[in-house]
Amino acid sequence: MKEGQHDQHIKKYGMVIDLDKCTGCGACMVACMQENNIPFQKDETDKMLSITWLRVFKLDNGKPYPDTDICYLPRPCMHCSGIGEHGHSPCVSVCPATATDYSMETGIVSQIYTRCFGCRYCMAACPYHVRHFNWWDPVWPSGMERSLNPNVSVRMRGVVEKCNFCFQRYQIAKEKAFTEGRTEIEEHEYQPACVEACPANAITFGDLLNPKHKVYKLKQDPRAFRLLEKLHTNPKVYYLSSREWVREAGDNYIENEKVDVEPKKH
Amino acid sequence: MFPFSFEWTWDMSHYVFHGGLWYALSIIGLGMTYCIGKSAYDTITGKGGHHEDH
Amino acid sequence: MDSELIPEGVQRCSLGKFLLWIGVVSVVLLWGVYGMILCWAKGLNQTNMNNAFGFALWIWADLAVIALGGGAFFTGFLRYIVGKKELKNIINYAVLIGFICYSSALLILAIDIGQPLRGWFIFWHANVHSMLTEVAFCLSCYFGVLTIEYLPLILENRQIDKIPFFHNLSHNMHEVMAVFAATGAFLSFFHQGSLGGVAGVLYGRPFGFREGVLIWPWTFFLFTWSAAACGPCFTILITKITEKVVGKKLVKDNVVELLAKISGWMLLTYITAKIIDTLYWAYVTAPKMGFTLDQFYTNNPGSAYGYWILIMEVIVGGVIPALILVTRKGRQTPLLLWIAVILACVGVSLNRWVMVLQVLAVPVLTFENWFTYFPSWQEIATTILPVAYGTILISLSYRYLPIFPQESELNPPPEELLSEAETVQKEAIEQDMASQDLTPAESAG
Repeated sequence: MKEGQHDQHIKKYGMVIDLDKCTGCGACMVACMQENNIPFQKDETDKMLSITWLRVFKLDNGKPYPDTDICYLPRPCMHCSGIGEHGHSPCVSVCPATATDYSMETGIVSQIYTRCFGCRYCMAACPYHVRHFNWWDPVWPSGMERSLNPNVSVRMRGVVEKCNFCFQRYQIAKEKAFTEGRTEIEEHEYQPACVEACPANAITFGDLLNPKHKVYKLKQDPRAFRLLEKLHTNPKVYYLSSREWVREAGDNYIENEKVDVEPKKH
Repeated sequence: MFPFSFEWTWDMSHYVFHGGLWYALSIIGLGMTYCIGKSAYDTITGKGGHHEDH
Repeated sequence: MDSELIPEGVQRCSLGKFLLWIGVVSVVLLWGVYGMILCWAKGLNQTNMNNAFGFALWIWADLAVIALGGGAFFTGFLRYIVGKKELKNIINYAVLIGFICYSSALLILAIDIGQPLRGWFIFWHANVHSMLTEVAFCLSCYFGVLTIEYLPLILENRQIDKIPFFHNLSHNMHEVMAVFAATGAFLSFFHQGSLGGVAGVLYGRPFGFREGVLIWPWTFFLFTWSAAACGPCFTILITKITEKVVGKKLVKDNVVELLAKISGWMLLTYITAKIIDTLYWAYVTAPKMGFTLDQFYTNNPGSAYGYWILIMEVIVGGVIPALILVTRKGRQTPLLLWIAVILACVGVSLNRWVMVLQVLAVPVLTFENWFTYFPSWQEIATTILPVAYGTILISLSYRYLPIFPQESELNPPPEELLSEAETVQKEAIEQDMASQDLTPAESAG
């Protein structure tokens, strides 16, 4: 939907990830790969060539034992709104073939695989490294193709792909609502695979604009922060942490700069 | 590239970008058409020129 | 054997020697073609690019050859729009070099994209807000202009020129060349600038991002400026290399000096603007994003991106050649001129390198490290491919087309190519005349 076509049904889907709860188990990554038919190679040793829509990072506070502390940080696509909430995401604005789009209806940054011709400008633009290139054609071990999700197309060699907040689930939920005579979907009807798979309930998903959704309140938590806020990418993924060093790890600060990572009061 | 592709919107960005593009393409196209046309005419009428300054 | 194709009044080596040279260069060309076929057949897994380095050697090569090929548009601008008539003696070669650079850039782009058969999507589904779209359109159009500028030269081949239509076409194209040159300058301004904008608009990448005016970051203007400054240096450099290879002077010194002088002043003003831009970026733009200059240039593996690269680019590849070229003595001293044009080309190439590679190498997330990359042989081969292709096209053009208008004047043919018998006879007559103390006229009478 083009800018300027806002209506009362406008949504801004986003995520709040509680890092105090995340155990780094990786269930979200596995669920994501399974749900979205993410291909893999025989040799996955070079992680720079792997496709991981959702990647769990292991952060540490850089201090020696016994003060050492670690934190696991799951990183999906941030679905940046960009400067001025105009959908001017770092990646969308640069794509020369309009193969990635910012939906003003949902706030989701999509990727049109059949439109992408693989210039990789969007990958260069994304500071979060959420975009991955298909360096190879996907090959599924014999029999494994039966486990593919029929609601998600597999991608061909030479195109870019990334997390889309399991958009196919949004479409299914919308279709279900439509058949039941509803125009709106409930919060629980559209939840990405990673959210459902998290055993610690660390990931919460919903409409950031809807006061009835849990994320609406959670994003205002004093522990909330977003990654690289200073770049004005305006991400829709929020993180919660009670640890100051974790909040500080969310952005770059120059020496002597007043670090604004104190828990916010709302 | 053309108004019938669905990405097309009638906004200032498209006016400026495609205005410049089609302006340049027109000059190149018309220039070459003129050269080929005049050369064909010159050849038929036997008026060929000769070049010194290039 | 091919003497009928060679321009009148100039000397060329034997066909055998020429074919041997072309054969040697073709081996390199074929190596590149093999790498290219591998990339097309097997995909970009043949490269050492990865998810952090989506842009790498090829994009640098593209940016660099387009900057170096900028000599064509700027020399054309000076010759046809500003009216520097002396430059007519080097414009042909500038056009040829530009044609090679731009065709190479298009070829590399065709290899670089993941789905080459969808390359036309960039035109069909154009996103007018993307700098790359502007690059694609302007680059393709300008390549068309360069082809138009190169075409009359081909038509001036001795045999082709005999055909009346081609003779007239060549003449008529020369008549309106100023219009094409002006269009070329217009297109070049935008695509050179947009290439600068490619990194400059990346507000998620603090190393590349620059503030600017309206939709154009400062890099937009700096790239156009640097291409106009260094492109002519590359034209001079290739001219000088060609003169060394063929062992002849091909362009008069006053022509080279004029181009070198203009280039020098362009370079001096460019590098001044570049220094101001760097300081503003280092002290205002980057700190707002939470970065210091030190973060960009220190603690990287093997100091591959240390401060040395900034000094090499700005001082060694910018200030020094600019100072040499703006002084009369510097321009007129052959060694200094060589040094200046080489340094200018190195400087602008380094600028393109950092604006592609370093932008991606710098970690932005605090929990990531510097990213490293070294190209695969397929990438190197396909990057050297244009050099081999360019060498062959220059060799063919030099041999068969009147590229250098001043060549015959600078290299007058020996008085007469006399056979040995004639020489002996002539000497005998002269000796006879000397013994009789007669002038040749009297002797003949």
